[in-house]
Amino acid sequence: MRELTYNQAALEAIAEEMRRDPKVFYMSTDALPSLWNEFGADRIKVMPIAESAITGMGIGAAGSGFRPIVDWRQVTFCFVAMDQIVNQAAKIHYMFGGQAKFPMLFRASVGGGGQVAAQHSQSPYSMFMNVAGLKMFLPSTPADMKGLIKTAIRDNNPVISFESGRLMGLKGPVPDGDYTIPLGVADVKRQGSDVTVVALAWLVHEALAAADTLAAEGISVEVIDPRSLVPLDSDTIRASVRKTGRLVVADEAGPTAGFSAEVATLVTEDPETFARLQAPVKRVCALQVPIPYSPVLENAVFPDRSRIIAGIREVLRGSRAVAA
Amino acid sequence: MISLSPNLPPERQRAMLQQMLTIRRFEERASDDYGAGKIHGVVHCYIGEEAVAVGVCTALTRTDRIISTHRGHGHCIAKGADLNRMMAELYGRQAGYCKGKGGSMHIADFDIGMLGANGIVAGGIPIVTGAGLAAQMEGKGGVAVSFFGDGASNAGPFHECLNIAATMKLPMIYVCENNLWAAQTSAAQTHAEIDVAGRAAGYGIPGVVVDGNDVFAVYQAANTAVARARAGEGPTLIECKTYRWRAHTERKGQPDPRDKAEVEAWLQRDPIALLERQLRQQGELDDAVLRAMESEIAGAIEAAVAFSEASPVPLPEQATDDVFAA
Ligand SMILES: Cc1ncc(C[n+]2csc(CCOP(=O)(O)OP(=O)(O)O)c2C)c(N)n1
Repeated sequence: MRELTYNQAALEAIAEEMRRDPKVFYMSTDALPSLWNEFGADRIKVMPIAESAITGMGIGAAGSGFRPIVDWRQVTFCFVAMDQIVNQAAKIHYMFGGQAKFPMLFRASVGGGGQVAAQHSQSPYSMFMNVAGLKMFLPSTPADMKGLIKTAIRDNNPVISFESGRLMGLKGPVPDGDYTIPLGVADVKRQGSDVTVVALAWLVHEALAAADTLAAEGISVEVIDPRSLVPLDSDTIRASVRKTGRLVVADEAGPTAGFSAEVATLVTEDPETFARLQAPVKRVCALQVPIPYSPVLENAVFPDRSRIIAGIREVLRGSRAVAA
Repeated sequence: MISLSPNLPPERQRAMLQQMLTIRRFEERASDDYGAGKIHGVVHCYIGEEAVAVGVCTALTRTDRIISTHRGHGHCIAKGADLNRMMAELYGRQAGYCKGKGGSMHIADFDIGMLGANGIVAGGIPIVTGAGLAAQMEGKGGVAVSFFGDGASNAGPFHECLNIAATMKLPMIYVCENNLWAAQTSAAQTHAEIDVAGRAAGYGIPGVVVDGNDVFAVYQAANTAVARARAGEGPTLIECKTYRWRAHTERKGQPDPRDKAEVEAWLQRDPIALLERQLRQQGELDDAVLRAMESEIAGAIEAAVAFSEASPVPLPEQATDDVFAA
């Protein structure tokens, strides 16, 4: 199969959807060359640095029959649009009794590792997960990216595409032509029997590397990529933990009230899964700090494969016997 | 040609040239060291716009407060920041202004009224307007200056703050550095009216356009605005027409859609060369003085690099320091 980068896969999905549906258009503060060259000023709106206005305009255009894509670029820049996202986009369908549909795709890169300091290194998807009325996903591979973006553009709700800055240049096989991946369906990236690692984005790759290393010692790791954050596929995660009895959650964001806390809870609050747990759940997350610039400090903050391995060893050590 | 020298003693005028040259040499070095991998992340150069920061800050005192943008080295140096601690911050060292937590995009020196470079377009405008409110409440005649780009002038905080400052008669100077581009997008694409200064009329305050490459013109406009602010008459919007010589950031392979002829034309209007020529014509500068100035600056930059290299990198456990104040 041909290979595309993570970023190219996103652009291909968008271009295909724009060809398929003339109601899809794109708003951004800088024109992306490939989209601009194909679709021009009618469909690619170059906007001033006014993310609040751009986001709100997306809502208005969506409610008027269009399918806008609002590219915030980095998630950082959407914080100036929080009213439009939280008070308006998330609530407008529900609050007005479901009268109109607001199909929108928001794009936002997330994550750190680029030594660009606190304001430009953020993974705040859990904040958005907390807001009822927004769907969102965070893919780890180019193929998942393409399929999820296509689904999101066809969805009749605001959907946020969180895109890992670390993975933009990652190459992987991407099927030709039209296919979609539903929201709310996790992907088991590697089968295993001793411990489940639920990881997001870049940390899926780190978890797979950790699994390779531990396989040499006879430890069998199952790696689950939820892909979609809202809705979140609790069935697949619970089924895996019922099988392995152990759970490590790896996230580039801090732990507090985060995605990792959500996954830990949906496992422990389910009686059947809880009964099979052989060890406390382990979270391998960033430190709960703004992200610092200096490489030494930044590396100290983020989890990686070695910390995932340490987390896996910890749950294996802390295990108790559980009746089958 | 630039304006005739203002009513400033020759040594102050030479000091303006020295500051402008310092900004340029500092950034040339920062760019080289970024290319060499000694400076990380992202670096935005101010080269070509030096007359704005220096012209404005020459009209200020040490206790007046300013705020900067992602393109902040020039504002720091013009306000009197220490080159050693600036370079050490770029190097990500413990002795840097922010102990290695901020980098190029986030240098602050609160002791000299430099409230920080800011990575969010227009993010600093409300903060420095709050410093203006503080100055008004302190009642000591202090002023506050907001530096921001043409891009930022399209963001809500700019408009909200101009209205507030005008209504409250805050001692504010809003300095729009109109370099005609915001990242890869031209101001022509995003501004219905080319002159940002014209927006002042909507808020009932003075709005002036100045040649941002003419340091004396910038100084004079700033001086007038500062006098107005200190007298309690309220804010002024100054739009400085200028140009950034380099791409938006120093990252290699970055798109730069600007027309070569446009860039070339602006290179011909180098604010440093213009000032140099003016000072020579006034008899206040000759080759020997300039050579001495250049060598002093080169020495200061070498010293800043040596200082940075000698400063230890942060310890991993320092990542959790300073999340909250004691
Ligand atoms: C709210 C926000 N949106 C987008 C960005 C990304 N960004 C960084 S600098 C920049 C261009 C800023 O242009 P301008 O204000 O004219 O300043 P200049 O870079 O020209 O000095 C953009 C879009 C940002 N930092 N903050």
